[in-house]
Amino acid sequence: MRKKLRALLTFLSILMAFVLYGYLCAIREAFSAGVSVAGADRIVVMHKMSLVMLLPVNYKPQIERIEGVDAVASSTWFGGMYQGEAKNFFPQIVVEPETYMKVYPEYLLSEKEKQAWLTTRTGAIVGRKTAKRFGFKVGDRVPIQATIWNKKGGGRTWEFDIVGIFDGKEKGTDTTGFLFRYDYFDEALEFGQGQVGWYVARVADPEKSEQTAKKIDALFANSPAEVKADTEKAFVQSWAKQIGDIGKIMVAILSAVFFTILLVAGNTMGQAVRERREELGVLKAIGFTNGGVLAIVLIESCLLSSLAGVLGLGLAWILIAQGDPTGGALAVFYFPSHDLALGFVFVLALGVAAGILPAIQAMRLNVADALRRM
Amino acid sequence: MSASDNVLVRVSGVDRVFHRGSEDIHVLQNLDMEVRSGEFLALMGPSGSGKSTLLNMIGGLDRPTKGTVTIGGDSINALSDRELAAWRSRHIGFVFQLYNLLPTLTAEKNVELPLLLTPLTKAERNRHVEAALTVVGLAHRTRHFPRQLSGGEQQRVGIARAIVADPTILLCDEPTGDLDRKAGDEILALLQALHREQGKTIIMVTHDPHASHRADRTLYLNKGQLTTEMSE
Ligand SMILES: Nc1ncnc2c1ncn2[C@@H]1O[C@H](COP(=O)(O)OP(=O)(O)OP(=O)(O)O)[C@@H](O)[C@H]1O
Ligand SMILES: [Mg+2]
Repeated sequence: MRKKLRALLTFLSILMAFVLYGYLCAIREAFSAGVSVAGADRIVVMHKMSLVMLLPVNYKPQIERIEGVDAVASSTWFGGMYQGEAKNFFPQIVVEPETYMKVYPEYLLSEKEKQAWLTTRTGAIVGRKTAKRFGFKVGDRVPIQATIWNKKGGGRTWEFDIVGIFDGKEKGTDTTGFLFRYDYFDEALEFGQGQVGWYVARVADPEKSEQTAKKIDALFANSPAEVKADTEKAFVQSWAKQIGDIGKIMVAILSAVFFTILLVAGNTMGQAVRERREELGVLKAIGFTNGGVLAIVLIESCLLSSLAGVLGLGLAWILIAQGDPTGGALAVFYFPSHDLALGFVFVLALGVAAGILPAIQAMRLNVADALRRM
Repeated sequence: MSASDNVLVRVSGVDRVFHRGSEDIHVLQNLDMEVRSGEFLALMGPSGSGKSTLLNMIGGLDRPTKGTVTIGGDSINALSDRELAAWRSRHIGFVFQLYNLLPTLTAEKNVELPLLLTPLTKAERNRHVEAALTVVGLAHRTRHFPRQLSGGEQQRVGIARAIVADPTILLCDEPTGDLDRKAGDEILALLQALHREQGKTIIMVTHDPHASHRADRTLYLNKGQLTTEMSE
């Protein structure tokens, strides 16, 4: 009975460790998602002083003319609030539909929706994730309170008609965005017309993107609004460096968890071997070799850790698929398959690591000693 | 044909010294012994005289400090641990005082264990297991776990496990030591039947003079030496 209880507790510890592993992997992925999908073929152009300073709209044709630039999209951070609640945060960005779709091909929209957006001035498209979170459907009219951009006459409520819901081309694609048209926005503005937040330029040859970025910098050097152009990858990576620390913290947590689990499982296996000295002795007397007994203990250890570990990983997978614990604030939340595969490696490694010392003990066990009655 | 042609087990000049701290314990001293093929031998002697030690030596579980153990003409001292394990699986069947069945396995799985080391197929193994359990009179309790069986029944399973691979020698260390008289007698009758009907060579350690009467011959171990007479 005691033995069963001990095995059960060990089983649950391993299971919980792998559920935790799944969550930490999903969270790390949520923070670093942008990094892996960041296009090397995109250049972000922003004000040299700071991201919150605006750039003139007439920069766009100038950037377009630079050799190697295929398309240029402008973007402006709207930063509004939905239903007056800060916790209902999702990014709203002012864009020009045509160029934006060219520069961000990973946002998938049906042809019909695309057409609707191009012909509806108040039209907005919203990512699948945010649409799900708030139940937005095509045809809905969504009011958003401005926190930066007042309308002419001081109005703060902007209304948009949802004309499309976009999906991500890849699993890691951010589908939390809410995108609406610049022409509608600019015309209704009280102040700040003729400016945008930043530009994103798409280049034909990713190999030359750094070169092209330098050309853009040079183009606006010594102008009233100098710019800083960099590849999206570099841009995202500088942000990722800060969250890299989060990754390190997670690795530290996981190491501590697995170390503890290793001690728990190792202790269980060690006790199992000590309690079964006689059984192992009998196996050897019957003719099982030392190596055979070693294998039996190792297999048992691996079986314990696989059963618990695989169940834990499966449980993590299912729980994570239910959505992120913040209720949708994370842009992406899933158990990355390479981390899942790594999880299976950890499961086996744990089995071997926990079982190896007891197994060697079992291998070295002297039969005559094991069978001698005390 | 001389009697020595028939010798299956030959122990010659064997010493076994155990070290306990700085102290040397000479358990067996220059011990000689011969057991003929098909013989049923009882081994008696005071507690601590080295009966189990001698049995382990013959069964290849322990190695002599000095001297040789020859079984069927082959010296087993020269074998490596690995070779010795394989040799045991082919030639030796052990029966223990406390049965030593694996508690998590049913009777038939316990009996099957030695066959897992042979190239037999599952069907062949099943046939051997059934035959062995029939010989010991337990054909009806194959699916029971050890804790569901009486001591006498568990020892029958132990004997079935010992004979299932048809070993050359059966080594029994106080097989009735933990049983009451009636169950003990049944086990002894079973060993005797295996000896008489199947010609098994059996070496049995016992404290019970009554048990030794079942054997063809009894040897006494005392102060590291064997005698045919009980001393003291
Ligand atoms: N591995 C060992 N290390 C030290 N001493 C040992 C070891 N094995 C046996 N002995 C000693 O050798 C002596 C003989 O032991 P053995 O078990 O062979 O006796 P036995 O005749 O079978 O006794 P019993 O009738 O009680 O079973 C004992 O004094 C025992 O303490
Ligand atoms: Mg003994």
